[in-house]
Amino acid sequence: MPDGTHTTIGQPAIRIDGRAKVTGMARYASDEVVANPAHAFLVTSAIARGRVRGFRLEAARAVPGVLDILTHENVGGEAEKPQPMSGGDTTTTLESDRIWHDGQIIALVLAESFEAAREAAHKVEVDYEAETPAASFGSPGAEEEVREAGEHKDYKLGDAAAAFAAAEVKVDARYGTPTQHHNPIELYTTTCEWRGGKLTVYESSQFVYGLRASLAKQLRMDPGDIHVVSRFVGGAFGSRGGITARTAWVAVAARRLNRPVRLVPTRDQGFTIVTYRAETRHHIQLGATRDGRLTALRHEGWEVTSRPSQYNVSGTETTARIYACPNILTKVNIVHADRNTPGFMRAPPETPYMFALETAMDELAVSLGMDPVELRRVNEPERDPATGKPFSSRSLMPCFDQGAERFGWKRRNPSPGAMREGEWLVGWGCAAAAYPANIGPAACRVTLTAEGRARVQIAAHDIGTGAYTAIAITAADRLGLELGQVLVELGGTELPAAGLAAGSSHTAGICNAVAKACEGVRQRLAQAAVTSNEGKLAGLDPASLTLSAGALRGPGGAAEALPKALARAAPGALEVYAENIPQGLPPESIGKVYQGQMAMSRGHSREDATTYTFGAQFVEVRVHELTREIRVPRAVGAFAAGTIVNPLTAYSQYMGGMIWGIGAALHEATEIDPHAARYVNDNIAEYLIPVNADVRSIEVIMVPEQDSQVNPLGIKGIGEIGIVGMNAAISNAVWHATGRRIRELPIRIEDLL
Amino acid sequence: MRPFSYQHPRSTMAALALAAQHVARPGEARRPAPARYLAGGTNLLDLMKIGVDHPATLIDIAALRQEHGRIEADESGLSLGALVRMAEAAEHPAVLRDYPAIAQSLQLAASQQLRNMATLGGNVLQRTRCNYFRDPSWPACNKRMPGSGCAAMQGVNRRLAVLGVSEHCIAHYPGDFANVLAAFGAELDLLAPDGTARRIPFEELHRLPGGTPHIETNLQPGELITGFRVPAGPWTRRSLYLKIRDRDSYDFAQASAVVGLDLQDGVVREARIGLGGLVAKPWRAHAAEAALNGQRLDRAVAEAAAAAAFQDAVTHGENAFKPELGRRTLVRALLQAAAMEA
Repeated sequence: MPDGTHTTIGQPAIRIDGRAKVTGMARYASDEVVANPAHAFLVTSAIARGRVRGFRLEAARAVPGVLDILTHENVGGEAEKPQPMSGGDTTTTLESDRIWHDGQIIALVLAESFEAAREAAHKVEVDYEAETPAASFGSPGAEEEVREAGEHKDYKLGDAAAAFAAAEVKVDARYGTPTQHHNPIELYTTTCEWRGGKLTVYESSQFVYGLRASLAKQLRMDPGDIHVVSRFVGGAFGSRGGITARTAWVAVAARRLNRPVRLVPTRDQGFTIVTYRAETRHHIQLGATRDGRLTALRHEGWEVTSRPSQYNVSGTETTARIYACPNILTKVNIVHADRNTPGFMRAPPETPYMFALETAMDELAVSLGMDPVELRRVNEPERDPATGKPFSSRSLMPCFDQGAERFGWKRRNPSPGAMREGEWLVGWGCAAAAYPANIGPAACRVTLTAEGRARVQIAAHDIGTGAYTAIAITAADRLGLELGQVLVELGGTELPAAGLAAGSSHTAGICNAVAKACEGVRQRLAQAAVTSNEGKLAGLDPASLTLSAGALRGPGGAAEALPKALARAAPGALEVYAENIPQGLPPESIGKVYQGQMAMSRGHSREDATTYTFGAQFVEVRVHELTREIRVPRAVGAFAAGTIVNPLTAYSQYMGGMIWGIGAALHEATEIDPHAARYVNDNIAEYLIPVNADVRSIEVIMVPEQDSQVNPLGIKGIGEIGIVGMNAAISNAVWHATGRRIRELPIRIEDLL
Repeated sequence: MRPFSYQHPRSTMAALALAAQHVARPGEARRPAPARYLAGGTNLLDLMKIGVDHPATLIDIAALRQEHGRIEADESGLSLGALVRMAEAAEHPAVLRDYPAIAQSLQLAASQQLRNMATLGGNVLQRTRCNYFRDPSWPACNKRMPGSGCAAMQGVNRRLAVLGVSEHCIAHYPGDFANVLAAFGAELDLLAPDGTARRIPFEELHRLPGGTPHIETNLQPGELITGFRVPAGPWTRRSLYLKIRDRDSYDFAQASAVVGLDLQDGVVREARIGLGGLVAKPWRAHAAEAALNGQRLDRAVAEAAAAAAFQDAVTHGENAFKPELGRRTLVRALLQAAAMEA
């Protein structure tokens, strides 16, 4: 901890909203009560490319209870397409007859009941003018272009091509990762209600101000006339980061009917009406000296996106700065196909790109005859290799060492296939994990009441991460209160603005804002106390006073109970509003958040330092000698992420990332029909994620780390890093078990037969 | 919602009488609206919700558990009522002791919640998981719409069948338990709507797709499955069900094998072999049995039997790996069964 005075920060605490969640009291978006809602059901396209020539709606309209059917023909002009958080332009829905992808929204059926709407939607007949679609990489008609620098950077240091050509030891390999979908338990619901000219939107979101801003633009409204409510979020993982097309059409529907409208899409519609993790391809060339020092690193990526979008994740911004290397060259290409626009999904850049780099590093270790952990040690850089800036803190090797110790790595026989247990081949693999320590501006209001309780108001988002609790912990810590004395209000545009809950930036952004507002409270109380004519604290230096254990305290033990200190400063309640602008961002950046724009200080683009979280992951796999199914009996992850606000939820989040990593490496893939460019396994019976039986021992080590440079509270963020090294650690373990190097995910039985 | 009528008769005779109303009589031109028996509902209700099955009438046979919900075992064999829950059979002491392959095939299927609902009669009629069949927005599916074609052959077919397929359909039978019934030479008890009882070999319940993949069974209209009879043999006790899948629970088989052995001094007197996960219908591998009978069971013999089992396999792109996986699964199961204490 930077100042060593924390009380509740760093102490494990159960979720303050846990009871509400497990008793059903927590209201998710579609639980919010609106009067007499009509129900919407989506009609989505059954072709991936072409036009809607027309609809035959008689049978659908004849279903009892049907109120209206929205298509491009009757409402196309009433809304514009949404503005994604990244990648520029995107596809349309009801704005025109154009079909860009499978499962595109082409109509909304509105009815008195969900069942009637669904039944009528099934009876909507569509005449298509179909064109031959391109599904993905290599499909005829897919268009490839080099991604220009702009939103993302490329790196060119030295002469990577010449250094690679001259290298003593080389790895030259190609890698691939599949399409993946988030499938949060809470479906992608939207409820809209108009009152006069004002609109309330109930929708699960990772950025309520962003949703409001885009929606205002789409509906040509004043953002101040829109209220977005998202108190609880039933899983997000990036899928609720940007607004998608459905929201505006539900608003249009509610306006047409003059009645609230609720949309609850189906699970399979969730595969095409929001974003997803696009498939990627990679070419990596590593050159090294005989003693393992990297001399060349080239990483070229290819990413699929929709026809109009430039969305890409460019994980080369991370892979260029993990290891010391004098010659680095990165490049990213985007491939346009007839697909919906992809978007954020847990560690969007690092999950695919670090799979490629960290598998290549394992291949290099094998070529060198070197232990993979030692190879990382040899290539540990003193400064950010891509920019020459210092790291604000970097604990990669402590993570490797503590993880290796716990895992028992030194007992590993390095030869592939050498370790067995009965009929099972045993493999041990490891990989580095890294994720930028990002932070955004945020505003916050803290009210201290006469009873000595605090209310914290901030339009932050608890996407299952424990944000409610982290905020309460921070406020309690800074105000000297018990956790139970803090009331937290989140998730609505009536509250002071906070940014996108993504990029592992949210805890840092919101907790620093809360701490700043609490500091404002302390200053007001201190000022009143020291300038008073009476009391134990009169005349003291206000900066020397602290809030702890329900009292305002001075240096020599002088203390005044909080109610008394408060009464002196404010006879009713004391309210402080504060805005926190992270280091390196301009003051107006908080205004951008209020306007719903991205304003994030990113770990790889700060002026003063490169700020990154690091980790090391170790995995044991078992592969059956005959039938080759792959199981993961244990995994160890060690992470150093600065201040850990709540070790209990942090453990869960790391563990959840690692479990997801098992799924990403071995199970998850959205299968696309190569001819029709349509998703096939769009359900969670066949889109596999790990079940309990697949998750045996998961151990998390939180390596202590202090970083006073990254932000005042020293929080680096933990949301994504748990998944980052798992893909490669598992593929490396599979190699160690079998001698087979599988460079495309997911790794399945057939890859090892 | 799509309207349907729901009936819940109190007796078998009442259920059959209801079913009879939906069966066309000889010479009658009117085609009656289809009816379905509803048991656990774990498959049928799904298919109705996703628009694949559209019965006009559901005849809920839950009340018939009194008549068809028993498990009885004696020296001659095992009788399983059609309305026995999967979980009940999986946990029954006699099944666990004397028919381990049956217990395992049920334990390894679905989830506990589903096994608590699903019945044995419904389980054997579980329909394919071919996604092109299960999503009516795909225009080409000969099983769903006869004559429309088969999108799966050139498409995503990693989970689909390689044994018993035709040029019209490569859908797989996804279940587990039925493969054991086929391997063990079980029989099936049926009641026609007019009350006529018949008993047929379980292997004759399902049909190969051939040119009519939309006709999946040899059940007569309105016929009700009332139970299963599994004859006891030395192979039922020395038996196992090996299920290979991508994840460790709650997943359909990529390949599975039933092995039952009558083994004396290492020599196979009689083998019962079934296959699953890659078959068009519940599958007894007669050729593999023939390759084993009279042989000393070692790795080479097991491999020869596995080769025989898959000699007629036909693959389509993605599922090209399945014969090899199927062979290995059978070899592993054979060696494991040979090593059993029985």
